[in-house]
Amino acid sequence: MPTLTIDDIKVEVPEGTTVLQAARQAGVKIPTLCYLDDLQSIGACRVCLVEVEGARTLVASCSQPATDGMVVKTNTGKVRDGRQMVVELLLSEHDGDCQVCGRSADCELRTLALDLGIGELRYQGEKTFKMIDDSTPALIRDTGKCISCRRCVTVCNEVQQVGGLFAQGRGFATLIGPAFSQNLSDVVCVQCGQCAAVCPVGAIQERNQIDEVWDALEDPTKTVIVQTAPAIRAALGECFDYPAGTLVTGKMVAALRRLGFDAVFDTDFTADLTIMEEGTELLVRLKKALVDGEQVALPQFSSCSPGWINYMEHFNPDMLDNLSTCKSPQQMFGAIAKTYYAEKIGVKPEDMVVVSVMPCTAKKYEAARPEMNDSGVRDVDIVLTTRELGALITQAGIDFRSLADEEMDAPLGISTGAADIFANTGGVMEAALRTAWEIVTQTPFPFPNLHVAPIEGLEGVKVATVKVEGAKGDWAFLEGADLKVAVAHGLGNAQKVIDQVKSGEAEYHFVEVMTCPGGCIGGGGQPRFTTNEVRKARMAAIYREDEGREVRKSHENAAVCALYEEYLGAPCGEISHHLLHTHYFAHDRV
Amino acid sequence: MSEEVKTCACGSAEEPSEEELIQRLDAVIGEYRGKPGALIPVLQLAQGIFGYLPEVALKHIARELRKPYSEVAGVVGFYSFFTTVPRGKHLVRICMGTACYVRGAVQVLDAFKKELGIDIGGTTEDREFSLEIARCFGACGLAPVITVDDDVHHRVKPKRVNEILAQYADEAVLAERSA
Repeated sequence: MPTLTIDDIKVEVPEGTTVLQAARQAGVKIPTLCYLDDLQSIGACRVCLVEVEGARTLVASCSQPATDGMVVKTNTGKVRDGRQMVVELLLSEHDGDCQVCGRSADCELRTLALDLGIGELRYQGEKTFKMIDDSTPALIRDTGKCISCRRCVTVCNEVQQVGGLFAQGRGFATLIGPAFSQNLSDVVCVQCGQCAAVCPVGAIQERNQIDEVWDALEDPTKTVIVQTAPAIRAALGECFDYPAGTLVTGKMVAALRRLGFDAVFDTDFTADLTIMEEGTELLVRLKKALVDGEQVALPQFSSCSPGWINYMEHFNPDMLDNLSTCKSPQQMFGAIAKTYYAEKIGVKPEDMVVVSVMPCTAKKYEAARPEMNDSGVRDVDIVLTTRELGALITQAGIDFRSLADEEMDAPLGISTGAADIFANTGGVMEAALRTAWEIVTQTPFPFPNLHVAPIEGLEGVKVATVKVEGAKGDWAFLEGADLKVAVAHGLGNAQKVIDQVKSGEAEYHFVEVMTCPGGCIGGGGQPRFTTNEVRKARMAAIYREDEGREVRKSHENAAVCALYEEYLGAPCGEISHHLLHTHYFAHDRV
Repeated sequence: MSEEVKTCACGSAEEPSEEELIQRLDAVIGEYRGKPGALIPVLQLAQGIFGYLPEVALKHIARELRKPYSEVAGVVGFYSFFTTVPRGKHLVRICMGTACYVRGAVQVLDAFKKELGIDIGGTTEDREFSLEIARCFGACGLAPVITVDDDVHHRVKPKRVNEILAQYADEAVLAERSA
């Protein structure tokens, strides 16, 4: 174990530690820019420069291994000058629109300039080539603001294994983007927005739709309703300086009401509905396979996460039959709101505007898919990210922290704890198991506190086997069966499961995939910056929300039961098929 | 790298079809598949096969080597050796390394530009010559150095440019040029 001295502090670190990590261990703060915890330490930006005794030049601490006896200084004149110079040169190229940039409040480059005490721009030179790519509904790229830190490249290639972005060209002319200056809409980009989540500046951001919401709210001819995804309640507080993992469900509802929405509803409602549909679909697939001897695609993959759908369409078009045909809860909500609910309140679907608040950028794309109009008009009109909702509330002058808790409206705001946990990796699976077990056995779900421990947490691929005991009636054929399930989050992990299935190395009946690491709580539209600590805090909050509920199983949602009785008939019935299910399209991988 | 020699744009009567070229590319990919660092040699050989790197070849390579297309394009864009535009029959490269530069490479380059009527990266209308610059051929003692295809010409003077090009141009083209 090497022992080194950093700013006169002796610190013993494990073999393979970098100087930056050692400094953190010693409580010494070194500024960074291109660095990403556990993912990228390439010394590209040179902001983390330190002085190492005996070294000829300043060294980048993020990529410098700590060695025994090393003497490091992080706060000398030479270090301060070096870091300042690096940031000044970055600023000299940065075509920033800083006063009005969407990132001005949390731009890491601007924060660095402030922290390093840069008081003037000494270098005026050529700016980075500016090209705006607004080709997708989800994301806007502005190459002029890009500082080539490559965080997005690492996330897109290594975490998501999508490979939509790479460094193109060389030297000053380097641009980070798709091949040959193509637009994101023309390449394999799944629009998950993990690039936007890690971008330190304003080079990749979600398409801002706040003004569209204001326009709708001010239009007296429109009934404007809002749905909020399960993951919002555990993260929105961060936009108002609450620590990560603070549940703000009640304040969120109060804020949405003050904004002027005609009804404040919950995507949780259709998360419960998803469980009824997707669980039934799974049981039907299993019956076809095991009893009727039909050829059906197994495992069934979950279909809630639109980045994952895009990924399958591009990268595994031969397995589209394995995807559940269920629409995501967002789209089920739109379809139900503009039919069932619109009829209930006597409003024509074309006079209703459905606004979603999602932790996700791909949801903007999903809502814009041409087939998502089963109500006769576009089912979901406007999709805001959590960050955009934070900005909307701020623009309205609402003092979020002082709001008293309020409740969601009925009926589309009524939900269960099973729906809350859709936000977490493993949550959709757990919710499905809670319901499927009780439908099949008509006995209470036997897991302690209703949680299936092996599929919780941040492990990339999680598996569990559930032995069915006491199967009854139509489902008696499942008696004694081992139901094998897998859960993956992050598309790289999802591909691992697919490879296992394709090679025959593993056999599953049901696989849950969430596009973003940690699930929706780590989505590309969540408040920045999402570290693993933040993910854990948000996940714990979601489980608290679930555990605090009286009803924690989707099939016990009275409003969902009423929807079936009054309107849909049975799960996977004809009306469900029309409103709640969809189909997929194969795309080119390159 | 024999493929490169065999298939350089040698003016043979019949141009191979795209299908044939892809077949040849597949043979190359077969040799390199699964080996670390396969992308660069495959691109080099593909450029030998096609004379340049067309989109169809790059997408094929991306699919077959299971590399993101963005990465393939990034590598192609990084190295000046790779070109995505068709080249002429003969490729003239002017070394702009330090030694050549101080011994008059710029004047040599200007002479070639003037004589061929094209800029850096360009190809003459008759598809005979393409012009590129390079960074050091490792023959600094012979500066300024240029290459035409695989031949090295040393101590090149601007007024010798005509004479060098004449060695490569078709008679007919020469006659037309002097007319």
